[in-house]
Amino acid sequence: MSDAVIKCESVYKIFGENAEKMLQEANGNVDAKTFQENGCIVGVNNASFEVAKGEMLVVMGLSGSGKSTLLRCISRLTDATGGKIFIEGQDLLELNNKELIDLRRNKMGMVFQSFALLPHKTVVENIAFPLQIKGINTDDSISKAMDMVKLVGLDGRENYFPRELSGGQQQRVGIARSLAVEPDIWFLDEPFSALDPLIRKEMQDEFLRLQDKLQKTIMFITHDFDEALKLADRIAIMKDGIIEQLDTPAKIVLNPATEYVRKFTEEVPREKVLLIEDVMDQSTSDNLGDLRVSKDEIIENVAEKILTQEKTAGVIDSNNKIIGSINPTKIINTVFGGRKNGN
Amino acid sequence: MEFLKKNPKIFQWLFLLIVFFALCFAIEVPETYKFIRGQAEFIKDPNQSTFVFAGKEVRYYAFDVFWRLPPLLGWLPIWINDSLFFLMNDWMPMEFWNEDTQEFKTRPLLLQISRNLTGFMTFIIELIREILLGGLETIVAFTSWDFIDANPWAELPGLPWTIVAAGATILSYKLSGKGLAIFAGLTMVYISIFGQWKPSMQTLSFILVAAPLSFIFGLGLGISAFKSKRVEKALYPILLVMQTMPQYAVLVPALVLFGVGDHAAVIITMIVAIPPMILLTLLGLRAIPPEVIEAGRMSGCNNWQLMFKVLIPTARRDILIGVNQVIMVCFSMAVISAFIGAKGLGFNLLLALNQLNIGLALEAGLCISLIAILLDKMSLAWANKQTDYFGNLSFFERNKNTIFFIGAFVIGIILAYIGTFLFKGTFNYLFEIPHNKGISTADFWNKGVDWIFDTFFVYIKAFNTWLIQEVLQPMRALYLRMPAVATIVLVVGAGYLIGGIRSALVVCGLTLFIALSPWWDRALVTTYMATFGVIISCLIGFTVGTLCFQSKSAAKFMLGVCDIFQTFPSFVYLIPVMMLFGITDTSVLIAVIVYATIPATRYTIEGLRSVPVGLHEAATMSGVNKFQRLTKIEFPLAFPHMMLGLNQTIVFALFMVIIGAFIGTEDLGQYILKALSDKNGAGIGLTLGICVAFIGLIFDNLIRTWVGKRKKHLGIA
Ligand SMILES: Nc1ncnc2c1ncn2[C@@H]1O[C@H](COP(=O)(O)OP(=O)(O)O)[C@@H](O)[C@H]1O
Ligand SMILES: [Mg+2]
Repeated sequence: MSDAVIKCESVYKIFGENAEKMLQEANGNVDAKTFQENGCIVGVNNASFEVAKGEMLVVMGLSGSGKSTLLRCISRLTDATGGKIFIEGQDLLELNNKELIDLRRNKMGMVFQSFALLPHKTVVENIAFPLQIKGINTDDSISKAMDMVKLVGLDGRENYFPRELSGGQQQRVGIARSLAVEPDIWFLDEPFSALDPLIRKEMQDEFLRLQDKLQKTIMFITHDFDEALKLADRIAIMKDGIIEQLDTPAKIVLNPATEYVRKFTEEVPREKVLLIEDVMDQSTSDNLGDLRVSKDEIIENVAEKILTQEKTAGVIDSNNKIIGSINPTKIINTVFGGRKNGN
Repeated sequence: MEFLKKNPKIFQWLFLLIVFFALCFAIEVPETYKFIRGQAEFIKDPNQSTFVFAGKEVRYYAFDVFWRLPPLLGWLPIWINDSLFFLMNDWMPMEFWNEDTQEFKTRPLLLQISRNLTGFMTFIIELIREILLGGLETIVAFTSWDFIDANPWAELPGLPWTIVAAGATILSYKLSGKGLAIFAGLTMVYISIFGQWKPSMQTLSFILVAAPLSFIFGLGLGISAFKSKRVEKALYPILLVMQTMPQYAVLVPALVLFGVGDHAAVIITMIVAIPPMILLTLLGLRAIPPEVIEAGRMSGCNNWQLMFKVLIPTARRDILIGVNQVIMVCFSMAVISAFIGAKGLGFNLLLALNQLNIGLALEAGLCISLIAILLDKMSLAWANKQTDYFGNLSFFERNKNTIFFIGAFVIGIILAYIGTFLFKGTFNYLFEIPHNKGISTADFWNKGVDWIFDTFFVYIKAFNTWLIQEVLQPMRALYLRMPAVATIVLVVGAGYLIGGIRSALVVCGLTLFIALSPWWDRALVTTYMATFGVIISCLIGFTVGTLCFQSKSAAKFMLGVCDIFQTFPSFVYLIPVMMLFGITDTSVLIAVIVYATIPATRYTIEGLRSVPVGLHEAATMSGVNKFQRLTKIEFPLAFPHMMLGLNQTIVFALFMVIIGAFIGTEDLGQYILKALSDKNGAGIGLTLGICVAFIGLIFDNLIRTWVGKRKKHLGIA
């Protein structure tokens, strides 16, 4: 078995009375329309993918596309109608209630769009809650929770009630709570969607900082493609319960698998997404200039440097070995050409 | 005509009214019909018709069926009664071990269950009562009377009042702080000094059993209804009927099942107090956002933790309103159940009212109200209490309340001991101030009442006469003049116009039940009094609410006043009106108006408040003045919520009208009161209660349906 932390095999979630029977009869060929006519709603349709350790998979899609449902299947907040889900090689659907609770108490953390804080508990009590549920005594859980309060930058507000905090601060509490038990797997369901754009950006940066430090395995849900691009190692794009494409941001922008995905990528500023590696020439001609750029740079960050040079720049990998070249024309084509294609 | 075409609803309503009045004029009053038929139901009269159903003979005066339907359900009360007796006395006899006689004895199952339940209740009530007041019963329960005779020392001594007062003060301080502590202290001292200690503690022991039990059962049932659709479906009709069932009416069947005394009172109180608790628990749990539940699950809660650490605390607001209701009902019942032998303030209050000793009644009523407010505030503070994890407190600081209480306990005992020397030969005032030895202001109040009566007699009498002759009598005559068929057409038609065929059927069923019972005329009188009360209450509540809404602090103040008034047991309202208007319909109606104005005011303010702030601003920006804003924007939007207030106003008014029977009215309440002293009254009492409940439910159904549609229409569902 691979080192996948989360692994889904043909997961289906269908809401409705005789969903299971209908799924069996459909024989793996689920059509949302026929199901709807029979009073069933298809939430997730044949989802298969893996998430590796330390990877951040962002699930993207319009509202109602089944993102939350998929996440809830993997956290087993609802039981999938069909398919298999493995968490660190363990079959999730085989777990009994006690094992499931153990898994959640030690391995999983989740952040919600509406924050979902307990209104009767203060900041620190909210964060200590999962610890106390685990049976850790009051003193230890509170002191651990205070560490988390500091981690998310809420020191001084630990005795506030959720209603006394702004949205961004409430979500910090939500994040701290989900991290309190030091889970390996971190689920976030549109954590920043309810926030103002400025705060959202601040929280995204904060989130990246945290992830840099913590290196969790993450499933992050959003309906905002820019957010997905900014955060993701890989993006899964969903529509009507189906995963239309699952790939790295650059590959999705360069090769949209379906018309639907292409529409999303149309407006995306390529220079912000694509890496040098994605557009460089494999050939390393001899008349390279002095400029060297790393293959992992985002185009936007080095475009100016390359464009001010006359000569082609060399592309190096992490060992400083030249593996390709990139000339200014290529940059110009990528930045402006892509958009022309879209029209 | 143009207008009618644009508003087809108005045309339909007009048509309904025309049909109604046409029926009223077309159907003559039968010559033999007397408006209220006095005692006719109990008199055998050759003019009466009879029919036999299920072995029960029903006698009645037959009229044209268009005028009054024959009481086809007349057998129901008798049947209920007989069934109850059969269940209690003959059903499933079994062998039970009898402790006293040390042998097996044959007893019907239900009787045995009732006896056990009764015994258990009596035991806990006595236990708490004897901790507060002292006594023998608890020790007897563990030993025997012989043991007591042999050991004269064996008696629970009871706590000196000083200790209870100090305890209440310290507890209030711990829960909420200085304000409540001062209130608690003053209340306790007042009760003691005015010689109300014993009855107050009797009432308190009753409440301390009834309220927690109602809370626990209500919460439990609410939770199981939340978890299982089937339980909810089973409970729903009971909850619905109990919501509008006058508390009086439940007394009678309970009398049969549980006998007379404090224990029966506790059981009855629970029956009345549990339904609102269930409803509010359910409401609160339903309103929890699903993500909060998921957050709880993801935190690793098992089912138990999820329920008690996540769901219930999150639903706390509604559950607290439930607690508040439970306490309210308990105090209300503390008075009402004096009819079936509950001891304490309620008994004194009823006795005083009966003797027309307004002063005494006022003192008892004040005590009940004070204790009710105190307990209400304490329970609220308890639920809102917070823990401080960071204060680095010394041992003394952490335990100061306990230490103070121990101190107060010791001092109290020493004081009581000193008292035995100080007041040798008389009463030990430092232990307990006996009922008749406290300060009494009763004379003062009675003189005041006399004075008011003497001074204003002419005016009061004139007002009274005018009201009765010019307003009430004609209104009552009008109601009674309605042929049954016309009434049914009107009500069912309204149901159809508001809620379609479904509503029409429900309302029709409810009305038919009343029309086919032997008490249609009485129900009309009840309705007329309630209608009168509701109209005036709404006018007052609406005006006061709107005025108070103009200022934030006034609105807050008014809501606080409503809270406090709501805590008063319903009977208390009868005291001041009897002071002023004596024993007349006017008294009842004024009590009804005062009582029913509370929800009318509250819902007006809350409704206006619920109008989104954005709309206010938008309106102000478009240059609307204050009055226009009120009439064009706030009222239309607040109206649905205000209609729910009307719903509550009707329920409150009905309750008070029924209680008004105590003063003397000629409606359903009078018969319920009669049933209380009737050996075979259980069936009659219950059926009458259901009739009253159905009157409430008819309005409830119409209003709720209308509000639902209206809210959808306004997009604020
Ligand atoms: N409990 C449920 N019962 C029935 N249908 C549901 C339920 N939860 C979600 N759905 C349906 O499943 C689909 C996907 O919903 P969801 O996963 O919440 O979308 P997203 O999170 O992407 O906005 C929607 O059409 C929604 O109506
Ligand atoms: Mg969602």
